[in-house]
Amino acid sequence: MKKSVFLGALTVAGVIAGGVQAATLDEVKSRGKLNCGVTTGVPGFAEPDASGVWQGFDVAVCRAVAAAVLGDGNAVEFVPTTGKTRFTALASGEIDMLARNTTWTFSRDVDLKFEFTGVNYYDGQGFMVPKELGVASAKDLDGATVCIQTGTTTELNLADFFRSNNISYEPVPIETGAEAVQQYLAGACDVYTTDASALAAQRANFEDPSAHVLLPEIVSKEPLGPLVRHGDNEWADIVRWTLNAMITAEELGVTSVNLEELSAGSDNPEINRLLGTEGDLGAMLGLEADWAKNALGVAGNYGEVFEKNIGAATPIGLARGLNAQWTDGGLIYSPPFR
Amino acid sequence: MTTLADPHTESFRLSMLLNDTRYRSLTFQFIALVAIIAFMAFVGGNLVRNLAAAGLNISYEFLGSQAGYDINQRPIEYTSQSTHGRAALVGLLNTLIVAFLACITATIIGVIAGVLRLSNNWIVSKLMSFYVEIFRNVPVLIWILIIFSIMINTAPAPRDFRGDDPAASMWLFDTIAVTNRGVYIPKPVWGEGSLLVLGVFLASIVGIFLFRRYARKQLFDHGRLIPTFWPSVGLFFIPAILAQLVLGSPISLDYPSLQGFNFRGGITILGSLIALWFALAIYTGAFIAENVRAGILAISKGQTEAAGALGLRPNRIMSLVVLPQALRVIIPPLISQYLNITKNSSLAIAVGYMDVTGTLGGITLLQTGRAIETVLLLMLFYLTISLLISFFMNIFNERMKLQER
Repeated sequence: MKKSVFLGALTVAGVIAGGVQAATLDEVKSRGKLNCGVTTGVPGFAEPDASGVWQGFDVAVCRAVAAAVLGDGNAVEFVPTTGKTRFTALASGEIDMLARNTTWTFSRDVDLKFEFTGVNYYDGQGFMVPKELGVASAKDLDGATVCIQTGTTTELNLADFFRSNNISYEPVPIETGAEAVQQYLAGACDVYTTDASALAAQRANFEDPSAHVLLPEIVSKEPLGPLVRHGDNEWADIVRWTLNAMITAEELGVTSVNLEELSAGSDNPEINRLLGTEGDLGAMLGLEADWAKNALGVAGNYGEVFEKNIGAATPIGLARGLNAQWTDGGLIYSPPFR
Repeated sequence: MTTLADPHTESFRLSMLLNDTRYRSLTFQFIALVAIIAFMAFVGGNLVRNLAAAGLNISYEFLGSQAGYDINQRPIEYTSQSTHGRAALVGLLNTLIVAFLACITATIIGVIAGVLRLSNNWIVSKLMSFYVEIFRNVPVLIWILIIFSIMINTAPAPRDFRGDDPAASMWLFDTIAVTNRGVYIPKPVWGEGSLLVLGVFLASIVGIFLFRRYARKQLFDHGRLIPTFWPSVGLFFIPAILAQLVLGSPISLDYPSLQGFNFRGGITILGSLIALWFALAIYTGAFIAENVRAGILAISKGQTEAAGALGLRPNRIMSLVVLPQALRVIIPPLISQYLNITKNSSLAIAVGYMDVTGTLGGITLLQTGRAIETVLLLMLFYLTISLLISFFMNIFNERMKLQER
């Protein structure tokens, strides 16, 4: 009896170990679902709505990839990750991709062995202070107490900024944005620093937004974008070009309204290549010819996703700014579909 | 006629490993040991193989690279230019600081509450059972968060101290500032001659020990009871204060004062440390109170009655007869409580206190992505601390045990 239990355990362990990690694309196809890592909840970017359905700017990327691969934008298992668990979840294969306000940095790309597949939001680190302190510049913050989310790039930028300006500060490390706001409003810290988009979004929810000012300094570049594991280039290509498809679609004027009409064929060859009526870009990715059409069918092009989730008409109220198309003076730019 | 023959010595056969009860248990233990080793080797090898396949490797080189982040409580020199290893060390010291403070406070609270819970005064004993039941049955994380949020929402912010008619003022002749960021107290400045004062102070502590030993000897040899409490207190304060006055105040105080955004100068006791310290102390204190109560109840009532018959007063019965015997029951579970405090201090990140879980297991892990390495190191840290506490407390327990001759 004892022997058989032991041998049984060995067999089970052997089977688990023997399963060689298949390519991510095959794995997602055979599973029939995409495992996508998102935040535990940031308004506008990734948050379950009242009926528990995930909505948001980052969520749209997950859904677009699922639609491109599986033909169904709802075939996604959303895995909420914290700043602490996000990289472990991706590296261990618990999730197939991460779309979670994650800054593209050298060490994450090179040392942590991840592959950033593009930028879906260009952000920068800003500072918010109560107006009554009378501070006009971040360089006047000598000796201030600063609330900061721990383990983020903002934490490192903060240390660099104060050191290079030769001024001191007291950090108050905090785990989530909600806690930071609570402490900031109670006066336990003078300054709250994080990505400027998040500061703007959170200030909009304050009782009296006008009592708080955002300082003019933007002390860092925070390019946020989806990422996958190193080493599976086919899968990285799929995520990269799904994001590019959304961006190109906006540039070419392909929207959720005219998608059906244009996918019947148009006189613009790039639109035809994008939507699969000309050439075989889909087959090159190992996907169906209408992969991009499926991806765009979920929520529309990049601009539509932006306006619906975080744009000027939403409570978050972010202007396009750097995130406008390159043709409008922004940084959003996709390599050509050719 | 029957003779008692020597037991037949049978030569060892392999089948005896399974059939003979003398060897069977050993056989199975050996098989289990081999199986466990094989399993661990398999799991470890699997981990290394998978890491290698993902292009990762186990390496502790990151400990020597620059950390890049700041820490708000630095018992040793640390800047954002220091290494991850040093950040881990700062975190480790912060863990030890809060664990040490909480262990002492919890013991004091626990002993008082445990004794008072057995008081004949109905209100006092009910109050104490109320305290024990409330604190024991709510998770410690909740207590940490409750105390912290009460503190940041009720204590004044530093900006309330500003202006001609401030909303808040400092305590004790403007020497102590209580704010929602922490408590600022005066810091001693060691001037010339302060070593002498310090020497006098240390000498008086030695004096207290000698005096108590003398008093004990008098009690045991001659049955004379010399009061020790007030003389000890006097010895503790008076010589050092006299020395300080005679030498012209070589030790001066640096008072905190409001400059810019914050109080500067003096010693800062961070709000997060206070919240964590008190939450751990009152939470674990409730458990220790129960240990103390169990220890006291374990002493036969006859001991109390006999002591009473000798004419001892209740507080002397407690301190001379009951508690010394009860200690033998109290100390072993007390060791577990100290271990619990140390391990529970890893909840520090909930209030932003940078303990070793916050530095090494938090920021360093996130900045370097070395999850397996840092977690292994953390396990090693906590294991070492726990084993050390266990070791020293067991020595103490050994000394407190009934001496059998």
